[in-house]
Amino acid sequence: MNSRERILGRVRRALADVPADERSYEEAVPRHYLREHGERTTEETIDLLAENLTDYRAVVHRADAEELPLLIMRLLAERGSQEVMVPPGLPPSWMAAADPVRIHDRAALTPDRIDRVGSVVTGCAVAIAETGTIVLDGSPDQGRRRITLVPDHHICVVGVPDQVVASVPQALERLDPTRPLTWISGPSATSDIELERVEGVHGPRALEVILLG
Amino acid sequence: MSSTFVGMPAFPEAARNAVADPTLRGNLRHATHTIRAKRAGAVAELSDWAELREAGRRIKDHTLRHLDRYLEQLEASVTAAGGTVHWAADADEANRIVTRLVKETGESEVVKVKSMATQEIGLNEALEAEGIRAYETDLAELIVQLGKDRPSHILVPAIHRNRGEIRDIFAHEMAAWGRPAPANLTDTPADLAEAARLHLREKFLRARVGVSGANFMVAETGTLVVVESEGNGRMCLTLPRTLISVVGIEKIVPTWRDLEVFLQTLPRSSTAERMNPYTSTWTGTTDEDGPRTFHLVLLDNGRTDALADQVGRQALRCIRCSACLNVCPVYERAGGHAYGSVYPGPIGAVLTPQLRGTTSEIDASLPYASSLCGACYEVCPVAIDIPEVLVHLRERVVQGGPAVRQGNKVVLRPAKGHAAERAAMRAAAWAFGHPGALRAGQRLASRSRRLHPRTLPGPGRAWSGTRDLPTPPAEPFRDWWQRTRGGKDAK
Repeated sequence: MNSRERILGRVRRALADVPADERSYEEAVPRHYLREHGERTTEETIDLLAENLTDYRAVVHRADAEELPLLIMRLLAERGSQEVMVPPGLPPSWMAAADPVRIHDRAALTPDRIDRVGSVVTGCAVAIAETGTIVLDGSPDQGRRRITLVPDHHICVVGVPDQVVASVPQALERLDPTRPLTWISGPSATSDIELERVEGVHGPRALEVILLG
Repeated sequence: MSSTFVGMPAFPEAARNAVADPTLRGNLRHATHTIRAKRAGAVAELSDWAELREAGRRIKDHTLRHLDRYLEQLEASVTAAGGTVHWAADADEANRIVTRLVKETGESEVVKVKSMATQEIGLNEALEAEGIRAYETDLAELIVQLGKDRPSHILVPAIHRNRGEIRDIFAHEMAAWGRPAPANLTDTPADLAEAARLHLREKFLRARVGVSGANFMVAETGTLVVVESEGNGRMCLTLPRTLISVVGIEKIVPTWRDLEVFLQTLPRSSTAERMNPYTSTWTGTTDEDGPRTFHLVLLDNGRTDALADQVGRQALRCIRCSACLNVCPVYERAGGHAYGSVYPGPIGAVLTPQLRGTTSEIDASLPYASSLCGACYEVCPVAIDIPEVLVHLRERVVQGGPAVRQGNKVVLRPAKGHAAERAAMRAAAWAFGHPGALRAGQRLASRSRRLHPRTLPGPGRAWSGTRDLPTPPAEPFRDWWQRTRGGKDAK
């Protein structure tokens, strides 16, 4: 008997007390919890997103389509990055005014090379107001996971109001589980020393979120 | 479980040593009280916490009660998504599988995401014995690994260390493992985190094999979820070519939607955050993004034995948040090492004796490592009734009886050292079945009440050493009832 059969056999024997006609999954799991917490206008939801992002030390900016290229230029200049990673499907207009050299993510690029790039600019899949979370799903405007991980400065553009949801349940509905997802709530942090939160370990230590709308 | 714990003294002895260490007590008190208050605030933000908790409990219970079906579904969906599924009945088998998979890549080092399952099976030691070096990359795990120490908390394995101790460990030990700590390293947490960043960076960038656990596995989609804070998890899950995840079979949830419950309750219970900084989900392999090869090792190692216990199986609902540790008055004083297991605190006291059995002295003592105050049950986001399981396990230790070990039905013998307790319980049972004897005994107790000692003699001394003996009333209740006709004639 292989281990698969052994383990499944043990499970079945362990569950001998479970009646064959037990309630189905749908019946067994009541979902009386809320789809979102509180009632908010669209504008209030966006404000809450900004507030919660800021609470966990992300820096939040607002811009319209016209202001966006200049804002990105300014943020990259303030950071002093010589090079910036851009995912393949980033709208070219976003970077129209930016000075740093664009580095495109090719398979041949080693992690060491990406480590020398100062910043990365991406879009996002969805943002969650109640938790101050942005979610990346590897779409062309976000790129491979590694480009938003290795550089120390991440600028993420969130389309408002379209890309903003209030809650975690609403976000999961929108996301495709077959894609590799990265949920980001503020910059890298740790609570490992005396259970006090400190920003900055391995992921980008500076997270700037631009609410575009 | 991990060999590092072999030879542990039983809980009372280990706890006595821990309680005598003022630095340890100070560190634990500071940390647990900090997180306790924060957690209460994070939970209070959600008006539907009770409903989320109930849904979490029901999802986990339902999954456990149909675990065979969900395991098969998970295997099919992971395989369809490009992953390879392995089954490990015990720790040795899991270690052999992982060792073989690493050797097949030709690599001799791996980077690790913090994982309770791999600690439970002693994977690092098993890899070391085969010439493979495993680098822990979570900050607290790094502190433990560099300090040649043992973890003492589920979430924060180095909770027993304060910043000064951590500074010393980094300054003295980092050089032996790779990039040394910066000169003049201070003990501010930000500086210590920076030192860890620099030390681990080169390891992440060159790593070819990553090893992880998982917080959740979704049966319908084959998705694995890792919840973390630092980004070390993202590094290990994204940069290597090969990813090997070792996950306990109880970590399954049926549907993608179920994550909407746990991604709300876990961060708030664990680090007291609305959301942890990073959560990664992956489904098999993705072309051109992340590892090209993904192996999932499904681990039993005693879980099916726990599943066979109708009272004890609820411990398998645990999502490893560690809220129960942070509120526990016993944990706060005794610390995590006294529990002799990678699972300390209240959840460890119910999980470890079920995974390992109660034959060793330390494991038989764990169900007693509690005052049964119930704070752990109160904060548990999946409503594990830890006091109920503790009492159940105490009964098993004292009385023995039927249980399942390594998949086989066994009859446990009563543990040694509980003879007086058993005798007392037998006498009580007999007296309650003989009203005349009970009445005579009660009258005798009432009339001799002034002569009662403050502590019990003989084997009862240890018991009464920490408890006040109840004073019998001047008149037994039943005599009072007869005399006054239930209080009607009471004066």
